[in-house]
Amino acid sequence: MNGSLAIRGGRVVDPTQELDGPADVLIENGRVSACGPGLEMPENVREVDAAGLVVAPGLIDMHVHLREPGQEYKETIGTGTRAAAAGGFTAVACMPNTDPVNDDPALTEFMLKQAERAGWARVYPIAAVSRGLEGRELTEFGAQRRAGAVAVSDDGRPVWSAALMRQALRYARHFDLPVIQHAEELALSGDGVMHEGRFSTRLGVEGIPGAADDVMVSRDVLLTADTGGRYHLAHMSTARSLDLIRAARADGHRVTCEVSAHHLLLTDEDVFDSGLDPNFKMHPPLRSAADRDALVEGLADGSVDAIASDHAPHHPDEKELDFVASPNGIVGLETTLSLCLDRLVRKGVIDLARLVDLLSTAPARILRVPGGSLAPGSPGDVTLIDLEREVEVDPATFRSRSRNTPFVGWKLRGAPAGTVVGGRVIELP
Amino acid sequence: MSEPVWQRGDLLGVAELSRTEILHVLDTAESFVEVAARPIKKVPTLRGKTVINLFFEPSTRTSSSFEIAEKRLSADNINFSTSSSSLSKGETLLDTARNLEAMSPDLVVIRHAHPRVPHALAARLASGVINAGDGAHEHPTQALLDAFTIRRRKGRVEGLKIAIVGDVAHSRVVRSNVLCLTRLGAEVTVAGPRTMMPEEPESLGARVVYSLEEAIEGADVVMMLRVQLERQARVAFPSEREYFEFFGLTAERLRRAQDDAIIMHPGPINRGIEIASEVADGPWSVILEQVANGVAVRMAVLYLLAGAKSGEDGVP
Repeated sequence: MNGSLAIRGGRVVDPTQELDGPADVLIENGRVSACGPGLEMPENVREVDAAGLVVAPGLIDMHVHLREPGQEYKETIGTGTRAAAAGGFTAVACMPNTDPVNDDPALTEFMLKQAERAGWARVYPIAAVSRGLEGRELTEFGAQRRAGAVAVSDDGRPVWSAALMRQALRYARHFDLPVIQHAEELALSGDGVMHEGRFSTRLGVEGIPGAADDVMVSRDVLLTADTGGRYHLAHMSTARSLDLIRAARADGHRVTCEVSAHHLLLTDEDVFDSGLDPNFKMHPPLRSAADRDALVEGLADGSVDAIASDHAPHHPDEKELDFVASPNGIVGLETTLSLCLDRLVRKGVIDLARLVDLLSTAPARILRVPGGSLAPGSPGDVTLIDLEREVEVDPATFRSRSRNTPFVGWKLRGAPAGTVVGGRVIELP
Repeated sequence: MSEPVWQRGDLLGVAELSRTEILHVLDTAESFVEVAARPIKKVPTLRGKTVINLFFEPSTRTSSSFEIAEKRLSADNINFSTSSSSLSKGETLLDTARNLEAMSPDLVVIRHAHPRVPHALAARLASGVINAGDGAHEHPTQALLDAFTIRRRKGRVEGLKIAIVGDVAHSRVVRSNVLCLTRLGAEVTVAGPRTMMPEEPESLGARVVYSLEEAIEGADVVMMLRVQLERQARVAFPSEREYFEFFGLTAERLRRAQDDAIIMHPGPINRGIEIASEVADGPWSVILEQVANGVAVRMAVLYLLAGAKSGEDGVP
């Protein structure tokens, strides 16, 4: 039967059903029809033997840059979603800073079409808040929502105008869209290229103070309170930003936040030790050890909602410029899951159910997209995980078109073992 | 025979130099000082060697100093600067390195506005690389010539109280000097307005104070940094006269230092901003000695690096 699959003998981890144990999953017509131990399976259904594997609801990376249209030399929707599948993701939400910018429903439709053609993973376009990402006029949130956009963001740049942010938060309420903010006060980040602290001091490098993020988050929290809008903080990097989010949530405001794997695992000291390797340059920058520790604590205590990769592919030639001249960003789709399994779950910072929540259930909830659950009726999207498989990060093996990662040579235990999208097993060549 | 002290093919920063290596450069420079006093100011030491001076950032002083040092050593040298170079900012480091390599230089002297560009090029080049200033990171030959000047005047560096005052955040001179002078045993204090201090300035490795008076109290050496007028927006300090009022070195303030204190400045000086003319031109000033010593120290560095690369040794 088309779109039907029986996944047997695995350890099902699904925080939405408070399930962590041996169970089978039956998918029929692209949707989960049953989930539980010792299921009786209908005949003639394709079976996947998940013995020794974890069976999780399909992972959703809520923050990636797929570069198409316009910068296909860095990545395409095809190569990016294939990288997603290789990394254990069944869906990605892609940022609108393409060329042209996704500030028109025709772009969203194009992206969805390209994703369908590629067939590796679901794609959820995020529409621009402002036309051309210029921060002046709102885009057509309603038409974008109808075309399939799941959120609005000017990511890569902040929505710098408080007036525009206020209107965006208000207007997005009509369509229940979260406004995803790249929080950066440009007057404070200036010409900075790494975290401002003792290591930028020793290198004589222009720094980006943590306050550049915090000032903007603080403003945005006030505007969220003022408008009743739904605010999502992208790639949170500082302890103070986390405190602001915690306080806003305690006050009952609708705020959520994500952290990228690299901000949980690396610091400005790693930038220093790398000798200013451009593969350690991203925005926001790798912060201090104190910031990193606070974010890790936020994972464990539930203050951090989601983990995203902020997959930002750049051509090797662009990262062959010097640190200051090279562009911001690193790829992450093919490293995030293994990094989290080895450095967070295996180390005991969080348990596997919490990781599934961070990488699947929470992104689905924030973006209001189906998935993040294996309860009957959910989409037949599944990620299989091998907790014991050891991998070494080798950019030469990446499915992504780009290679820019600071994790080269990291030996990690725990890796994706396959994905299923709508009941279809994704076979990677 | 013992291992030669100097085995480096590149001089990228003071950070990687040991005390012994620093002293070896200073000792070697002593033998080059007298060349400037000869009627024919030339030794054949680097005959047949090619040196490329690659200045991605405008510089008159440092580039002239290197050029004179190279000519006095009989090297064949050629200068590329941003205005005349086809090596442009958008070029990858690998392409820059390949283009240089194609000209088979023995040594490349690099000045760049971005930190660690000389380091990155050195890793991609077979020829030796000298860092002539990378952003606000390092300027090793400046620190070596400063240490050389202090040692010639004071007979030692160890135990001296040395104050460095000015725009610490944006100064490569201060970074290399703190590393060099502390490694030689000096007590170094840095000072400047809080708006010109980097985050966690103690991590530079010196004592940090925020007043000129406190910094120079009892100092044997006072080094004033150039206020980067071209670089500093008005947010760092409100006016030149206010800077001079609170951070300018005057004869009056200088009384706090030792009676035989020397005054240094990497140049070019801003008279009436960081330093009063009476101080710059006064008996305490060794500013022009720094310039003269710069040539000798750079000759020493070129000589040592060329020798290390070709495996030769010996004193001129």
